Amino acid sequence: MSVIVFAENSEGLFKKSSLEAVFYAHELGKLVQQKCIAISIGQVSEENLKLLATYGADQILTIDQAETTHFNSELYAELLANTAQSFNAKQVVFANTYSGKLIAPRVAGILNASIASNVISLPALENGFTVKRSVFSGKAIANVALNSDTKVLSIAPNTFTIAAINKEATIEKIQTAVSLETAKTKSLELSKQAGKIALTEAELVVSAGRGMKGPEHWGMVEQLADILGAATACSKPVSDMHWRPHSEHVGQTGITIKPNLYIAIGISGAIQHLAGVSSSKVIVAINKDPEAPFFKAADYGIVGDAFEVLPQLIDAAKSIQS
Amino acid sequence: MKILVCISNVPDTTTKVAFIENETKFNTSGVQYIINPYDELALTKALEITEKSGGTVTVIHVGTAESEASIRKALAIGANDAVRINAAANDASFVADQIASYAATQNFDLIFTGRESIDYNGGMVCGILAAKLKLPSVQVITSLEIEGNTAIMERDIDGGKEKVSCPLPMVVSAQKELTEPRIPNMRGIMAARTKPLQVIEPSASNHLTAVLSYQLPPAKGSCKMIDANNAKELIRLLHEEAKVI
Repeated sequence: MSVIVFAENSEGLFKKSSLEAVFYAHELGKLVQQKCIAISIGQVSEENLKLLATYGADQILTIDQAETTHFNSELYAELLANTAQSFNAKQVVFANTYSGKLIAPRVAGILNASIASNVISLPALENGFTVKRSVFSGKAIANVALNSDTKVLSIAPNTFTIAAINKEATIEKIQTAVSLETAKTKSLELSKQAGKIALTEAELVVSAGRGMKGPEHWGMVEQLADILGAATACSKPVSDMHWRPHSEHVGQTGITIKPNLYIAIGISGAIQHLAGVSSSKVIVAINKDPEAPFFKAADYGIVGDAFEVLPQLIDAAKSIQS
Repeated sequence: MKILVCISNVPDTTTKVAFIENETKFNTSGVQYIINPYDELALTKALEITEKSGGTVTVIHVGTAESEASIRKALAIGANDAVRINAAANDASFVADQIASYAATQNFDLIFTGRESIDYNGGMVCGILAAKLKLPSVQVITSLEIEGNTAIMERDIDGGKEKVSCPLPMVVSAQKELTEPRIPNMRGIMAARTKPLQVIEPSASNHLTAVLSYQLPPAKGSCKMIDANNAKELIRLLHEEAKVI
């Protein structure tokens, strides 16, 4: 029996969320006394593959064949489900990123496995197999029992602090018969914003709302984000008015994030917005209304006008970074 | 084009989340239930497709009679007919199994779900359902055009967007931006009363997971206020005290 973890790469480099998943799988392996096998799909250098052992993999399998050059959820799910079966995996671990969310449920469907997404704890084994998962966009936590023999866990990014374990692991290249017939979805065009930090994976986020008065004033928000190395986000009204793209909208009907730092500028803090960001480790609220509900959910607050506060923050951030 | 839209019934976004019976049940008292917003977008998109090139839209819901108001609303927005599978929907695998058993007999060209339900945030039904039906799936789509027998879509990926194509039949999940929701008009509301709503009993299937208890996240401590004229102090605190920058 084993714990299998999918370590997704982006252009040959493992993402932080993948290393978190590997570390989680290692810790889980210790609990259930099974070895942790990391699977990489696509082209990754041996040096980079070794990073998976650094964060706890006992064994590394790499699948790199013509069919796997491009990410394809159907194909990847089939490969992972097949590998999970041949290695008698009882737990299959994913990072709950957009790609993890695509593959994990398909793998669960193929394996008839129980599945929990947004997982924020290691399992408790006293009473079967239970994990905590974030629900109601972070407004609550559910304690969920997974009752089938095989379990799929998709873990929330930026939740588990990783530490180097420095294992010695074998790297084995495996070949799996897959037919491209499986891969019906074809990628036509990829557009990633170069140099921009993906909001879903960002550790620092600078977010702004209607208090910015118009899209023409976002330069200051972006400047502060740039200096801090943060991603930018916005509130629902701002994306509804098309001041900013929908992909930046955080909140209950946008995306839920949990960065280390969330700075909210000119956002009042409606319950739907707070739901999407309240799991952030440190929250800063900047608002000219001292009664803004955001201050009740924040760690640090400034009552003041964004147009007066932001330039000061930009200057101070510059001096810290230099 | 024969389209199936899976809808779920969720507490509206202003709901104050609380639990009862020793923190084992969500407190539904005074809670207003709505069609899950992403499912509503899926429904609207399905209607746009059939209005343009013909076809029917069926909505399916796994749930008890208490959800009928949401189903009637879906019919009022414009779905042709509805199916309710009469069982509490407590587990994504169970819901996907139930929908798969129904869909397997019906030859749908396109099946929609929402990106995730706004209460349990699982985001799993689309993928499990597609795997059960052995169909391709494309999740979190922000646009969809049908060209002949192929769907051309854009979907959100980590850090950007991807344009993909996929032959029908397939399963998709709707993300915000796909379209704008519709408000049902009086004619739609009247018509919904007489549209067919079929109630079927669930097929044999297990719940693979169960929620044992809930808890609220730890409360925040007090907020440390910083003078607006000395805003640079915030950067110092974030750097030296919170150590996040």
